[in-house]
Amino acid sequence: MDNLNLISPEIFISLSTMFLLILGVFKKNSSNIIYNLSIISLLITIILLFNNPMTNHTSLFNKSYIIDYLSSFMKILTLLGGFFVLIVSSRYLKLFKIFQIEYPILILCSILGMMVMISSNDLMVFYVGLELQSLALYVLASFKRDQLKSTEAGLKYFVLSALSSGLLLYGCSLIYGFSSSTNFNVIAASMTPDHYGLTFGIVFILVGLAFKISAVPFHMWAPDVYEGSPTSVTLFFAIVPKIAALTVFIRFLYVPFINMIDQWQTIIVFLSIASMIFGAVAAIGQTNLKRLVAYSSIGHIGYVLAGLCVGTNEGIQSSIVYISIYLVMNLGLFSCIFMLKRNNQYFETINDLSGLSKNHPLLSLSLLVILFSLAGIPPLAGFFAKFYVFKSVIEQSMYFLAVVGLLSTVIAAFYYLRIIKIIYFDKEKEKYDTDHNIWLRVSLVFSTLLILLYFIFPSKLVEIVSRINII
Amino acid sequence: MNFPILSSLILLPTIGALFLLFTKNTDKSHTVKYVALFTSFVNFLISIYLWFLFDSSTSSFQFIEDKEWLKGFVNYKVGVDGISILFIILTTFIAPLCIISVNNTIKVRLRDFLIAILVMESIMIGVFCSLDLVIFYIFFEAGLIPMFLIIGIWGGPLRVYSAFKFFLYTLLGSVLMLVAIISIYWISKTTDVIQLYELGIDTKYQNFLWLAFFSSFAVKTPMWPVHTWLPDAHVEAPTAGSVLLAAILLKMAGYGFIRFSLGLFPIASELFTPLVYILSLIAIIYTSLVALMQEDMKKLIAYSSVAHMGFVTLGIFTITQQGIEGSIIQMISHGLVSAALFLCVGVLYDRMHSRLIKTYGGLVSVMPKYSILFMLFTLASLGLPGTMGFIGEFLILIGTFKDNFLVAVIASLGVIFCAAYMLWLYRRVVFGKLINEDLLKISDLDNSEKFILWSLAIPILFFGFYPEPLINTIEISVKDLIEMYNFNLNMYMPEVQNNG
Repeated sequence: MDNLNLISPEIFISLSTMFLLILGVFKKNSSNIIYNLSIISLLITIILLFNNPMTNHTSLFNKSYIIDYLSSFMKILTLLGGFFVLIVSSRYLKLFKIFQIEYPILILCSILGMMVMISSNDLMVFYVGLELQSLALYVLASFKRDQLKSTEAGLKYFVLSALSSGLLLYGCSLIYGFSSSTNFNVIAASMTPDHYGLTFGIVFILVGLAFKISAVPFHMWAPDVYEGSPTSVTLFFAIVPKIAALTVFIRFLYVPFINMIDQWQTIIVFLSIASMIFGAVAAIGQTNLKRLVAYSSIGHIGYVLAGLCVGTNEGIQSSIVYISIYLVMNLGLFSCIFMLKRNNQYFETINDLSGLSKNHPLLSLSLLVILFSLAGIPPLAGFFAKFYVFKSVIEQSMYFLAVVGLLSTVIAAFYYLRIIKIIYFDKEKEKYDTDHNIWLRVSLVFSTLLILLYFIFPSKLVEIVSRINII
Repeated sequence: MNFPILSSLILLPTIGALFLLFTKNTDKSHTVKYVALFTSFVNFLISIYLWFLFDSSTSSFQFIEDKEWLKGFVNYKVGVDGISILFIILTTFIAPLCIISVNNTIKVRLRDFLIAILVMESIMIGVFCSLDLVIFYIFFEAGLIPMFLIIGIWGGPLRVYSAFKFFLYTLLGSVLMLVAIISIYWISKTTDVIQLYELGIDTKYQNFLWLAFFSSFAVKTPMWPVHTWLPDAHVEAPTAGSVLLAAILLKMAGYGFIRFSLGLFPIASELFTPLVYILSLIAIIYTSLVALMQEDMKKLIAYSSVAHMGFVTLGIFTITQQGIEGSIIQMISHGLVSAALFLCVGVLYDRMHSRLIKTYGGLVSVMPKYSILFMLFTLASLGLPGTMGFIGEFLILIGTFKDNFLVAVIASLGVIFCAAYMLWLYRRVVFGKLINEDLLKISDLDNSEKFILWSLAIPILFFGFYPEPLINTIEISVKDLIEMYNFNLNMYMPEVQNNG
């Protein structure tokens, strides 16, 4: 019974998903109710999570499921991400006539999958969670089903993701073969570092995970999927699944394979450097805002991986701080995108932002703050995110990684500056509609203020995160 | 002294800017201007009061505020010594003048412009009084945002190119400094400047760290060959932006050299002095020659800024009392003089909408008052005795002679070149025949322009004749800095020689 109490958030969210599904089937025109109910059930799940013991480290179900501070923190982050995605996207969905019951339910399903991933301490549990979230995401990507680009995005994502899942499973089976267990702790205990089989297993699993977080060179799907999916789903893709995948990355690398750090560190460093440089360089030529966000998220994942590869608790914490701040920045950016509506049409190319600052001074000011923060210019939150990462990277004397990373921020700054240039320096176009949803405003103001005022209390977030000690 | 006077200096302009943000945005209204002017003027008075309270008989940092910021890692620590206080006063002095000068130059989005200027002022004061490397870096970099917008929104035709060049050049220079700062934290376990002065930094890391800091400061100074962003930025920026850029932004780097390069890495500084000498000499001679050939007045003054900053870096790395004092005074005087010169060009540009020298000629008959003031600033720029420019250049050259005769001789050539291009500029613009008929229609200085230019002229003359107050303020701090430098050098140098 204790076990069930500890996983009450997961139980609650799965029950409410099923309930909402049934409600949707039996009640006509219930999309509005279901939408609001799913937002509420996400909030309740967060409350249930806070109810969990935060301090101790509990393993359930033959140690295959783990509840600790890391899992609680990341679950709250995931749920908050899902919550904000839902509250900002209702307008958008209604306009595109895809405001259907399946949308919030699929989001709840994928969040459930992510929660399982976050808590998994076993390769099988992890895989089950991963597939649950991926299946929901495939459908979400092609949610605008009468549109060619959206269906293409869904199909592309499905095919490539299935391939990577296959690789991942193959890695799992190799690891099982060489360590005779799928449980992370047992693998750690029975591991002999000189086994090539294990190394191959790690590589396959890392490939699968790198695909999920779209790290170079497994990023090819990201720009197309980001562009083709409905914008609200793009927002979801950009922030939420990355949190879960990052947690699995942390657990997988630091629990069973911490002793093999020499073997996987190079791989992660490579992924990190490649993502940072590629994300920065490839984004320069983009004109579609969503594609640009895709490349920028590839770049940001590079920084997250840089924090992950150093092999210390500080490194892990810096990655988590990074992804939290990254979540807030993207939320703000997308809230702005959702606000740019003219004659019932949304705008996605960056040239549509031309001269925005003359007609919408406050909106462009928020965009300015968010973009400079994404570029990592102090004193905005994005700078601190990078600062912590490089602090832990330099601690381990990985100067090459630090210098490459910081130089790629300069390249990346170029394309963020280009958007700012378009907003502030170019000639204005027609005004956008001023009728904005209250929730959009709330999330925009919330994220902008967080980014702008982060420097006043910079150690609050770090303090919370610093309780995560994996090693 | 518990009142956080430095923090209030930093915060006040930002509070003013916030206040402006919530006022109604009309381009005609003068209220925004008065609010901004009031804020910056109060800030100026506070900084004068700070100078009054300042105790110049000690070299230790004063008005220190130390608050926990990033827990267990970085403290928000600010304080001033004799070196930084003058820069703070320069900043608070120039900012109100910039705000007055917007009258004729800024036609659109006046409120946003004033916000940018005020935020810039906050940031610049922050740079000069931060006593922690991380805080310094944050202020140093944050300045890019408002300046980028000032150039980009209110600049001339090529503003986008210049703004990008300015931003990316400076950012590229400073990211290496960030690596160095974090490395210093891991080497010495602190980024507190005062503690680092006491602890010293392990000699084997100093060279790399020095180079990383140098990459940032050299771009910002700017030193040859990374000076190319400066002429572009100056030419395209609106007058007030050029003034801020020339008068204060460039001084951040000179200040950084004194405070960090000399203070933290004495051994590396000693090693790299020849490099700085050579780059400074090239800057002085080469950019003077380039300045001679310019047809755009703003560009000419921009190149002259590079040459003058060459003198500053030269003076700093002589590591003599006179050299460093001279550099500081040269920076202050260049801050005032270049601000005045850019404003002079701005005055002409507002009337004729041309910065080309050949548009003008014979102005003396149309604008006599302007011609007098312009003459004064030209002479101050070339370092005529009796102006502040002379004190700075003279002290720097004395310091250089002490250190290296040949370098001093070459640098002295730069003084002659400077006289050549400045006087030639003056002759072409003010004297000669009045050919351009349009010039007959323009009026002489109006009241606000007179006010700005005279308020710059008075300190230039006053401190030119009587530099005592300035020298008194900086003397002890510079002396102690040099003592500390030599002490560290003697302590570690034998060790380095043995190892090498």
